[in-house]
Amino acid sequence: MSSAARKRLVTALLLAPAAVWLLLFLVLPFVAIVVFSLGERAPAGGYQPALTLAQYANLPARAAAFWNTLVLAPAGALACLLIAYPVAYYLAIKVLPQRRLLLVALIVIPFWTSLLIRTYAWMYILGGRGIPAFLELVGLPDVRLINTPGAVLLGIVYGYLPLMILPIYISLERLDRRLLEASADLGATPFSTFFSVTLRLSLPGMMTGFSLVLILLLGEYLIPTLLGGGKVFFIGNALVDLFLQSRNWPFGSAIAVALVGIAVVLLLAANRITARLSGARQVDLL
Amino acid sequence: MSKSYRDGLPLSAREFIDQLLRFRRGSISRRHFLGVTGLGAATAVLASELGLRPMPAYAAGELGDRMSIATWPNYHDPETFVEFQTKTGVAVEVNVFGSNEEMLAKLQAGASGWSLFVPTNYTISTYRQLDLIDPLDVSKLPNYDAAAQNKRFTAEGEVNGVLCAVPKNWGTTGFAVNTEKLTKPMTSWKDFFDTAMTTGSGRAMVHDYQLTTIGNALKYYGYSFNSLKPDELAKAEELLLKVKPHLFAISSDYQPAMRSGDAWLTMCWTNDGAQLHRDIPAIDYVLGKEGGEIWTDFYAIPKDAPNKPAAYALLNYLMDPKVAVQEHIANGAPSTDARVNALLPKDLLDNPILYPAADLLAPLEFGAAATLTDPARAELMARFKSA
Repeated sequence: MSSAARKRLVTALLLAPAAVWLLLFLVLPFVAIVVFSLGERAPAGGYQPALTLAQYANLPARAAAFWNTLVLAPAGALACLLIAYPVAYYLAIKVLPQRRLLLVALIVIPFWTSLLIRTYAWMYILGGRGIPAFLELVGLPDVRLINTPGAVLLGIVYGYLPLMILPIYISLERLDRRLLEASADLGATPFSTFFSVTLRLSLPGMMTGFSLVLILLLGEYLIPTLLGGGKVFFIGNALVDLFLQSRNWPFGSAIAVALVGIAVVLLLAANRITARLSGARQVDLL
Repeated sequence: MSKSYRDGLPLSAREFIDQLLRFRRGSISRRHFLGVTGLGAATAVLASELGLRPMPAYAAGELGDRMSIATWPNYHDPETFVEFQTKTGVAVEVNVFGSNEEMLAKLQAGASGWSLFVPTNYTISTYRQLDLIDPLDVSKLPNYDAAAQNKRFTAEGEVNGVLCAVPKNWGTTGFAVNTEKLTKPMTSWKDFFDTAMTTGSGRAMVHDYQLTTIGNALKYYGYSFNSLKPDELAKAEELLLKVKPHLFAISSDYQPAMRSGDAWLTMCWTNDGAQLHRDIPAIDYVLGKEGGEIWTDFYAIPKDAPNKPAAYALLNYLMDPKVAVQEHIANGAPSTDARVNALLPKDLLDNPILYPAADLLAPLEFGAAATLTDPARAELMARFKSA
């Protein structure tokens, strides 16, 4: 066997487990969902075979849920980004290296507790006996926090912040400090050094974090259920409802396919932006 | 005389260490060591406390060590399951649901993992038709006495003459109102929805459940609770969409919000109404004078139940009137079983929340089987929630 052929064989063998996994748990289920989406709801609920686009034609019936998701998910990801960046910057650049591990651990530790339980805690913090009770004591009665879009946004930022901090932290940590010195030597103010060097070099980390959080948020349903009281309705909630209450699998499948489509478009756009900006960066470096 | 925590202990710490060292050296046997230190007895007590010793009637291992039940929020005395575990060694995992549709969806999808569940009267014929539940083997339920049951409430447990479910309790669907916050007396579903949009704005809850939320909106206009007529459902949808911006939440688990004062007004089942009123007297339970729902919840065993022996054991245990009495006192819903009623405390039997006046009961309707599977009602509810 030639060495090139052997190399290909080794590559194929190493990739095989991942390929089988993707085929079994991603491609096949997705095909099943597409097939379901072309069917009809059985009389008692569920799926019965058919070949119709009626489910897709009915998508506007969930326009409000799509709209909520397409507003609150990017808003949540953006809020995460704005809060995460200074934290990641502090961790990567400012903090003493011997403390860094401890601080990163503190960010990761909440992940050891289930998101469900942490979100439940927020229900009580934002509920009538939590912060509103305190506000009443200081003369601000009848403030309602729970079951509002603001509460959902807060829950989203709280739950997903670590996922945003870590990729940005990694990209900032790898940053070559000599570039910052060079920038200063060439007469740039700290302000313009940050915007034209640090921020741009950490862009891939920001985009990774943003895409990661955005994709997860597009399918989010737990936080809106608990902190939105069933009133702030994401497309994820519509999906849960269609499968677990109205048992309309075909319509649920059509929504799932539409959601995957939206996620793909958003990801492609994010990739395009990153590629363009980092392409420019490489030219700069050369 | 001073009393030390060491008094009464079988041996001192030093003696214990001595014995432990002797045991480790091999000077005394394990049996002797466990005996003199009292550890043997302690282990045995611990084992029986943890339910590791089976109930005499069952051979060890016959029932397995765990089972899962699907039921409603705040619906059982937690002690019931602890006692059952002590007696049989079977730990009961409790799952709560907000609607019968949710239960049906899980069973239709398969592998729910439940050995026992608590469906409402109008759903049982559909479960049987879809072949999702087992007919019950009465010989395994010696504590169940069909003759003691009030047939008005329990007839739907039988489908075409086959017993498929036995009753847990009956009840009504009305609304609970915090009379400290909403002082104007309320007597009807019209009051409920109108208040939700005015003085109770931001403080009212409806169930996450098509039957009652749509049904009570239908009652606002005086239509049947079970209506499937498109024009009547359209009116109900219009009302629900108008109310939605004023709601505090859409959820069937409304006790926490009513107790914390976040919500002042909610659609409410008898048992929750009784529990809330018992703990917070300012919370009243009201039946809409236009009518509404009367219901019976049953126990049934799914066809694919992973632990049927334990399901029958728990079901039989729950049918024991002495156990059922504790359940009713904790849960607050009225019993269908004459043997249980004979044991219930008088104040419970006199409670108007549990046993409403005849003129309030008369207009109530049992849920109709067709509402469970009707696509129009399901989609109406889903549209209301996603609006």
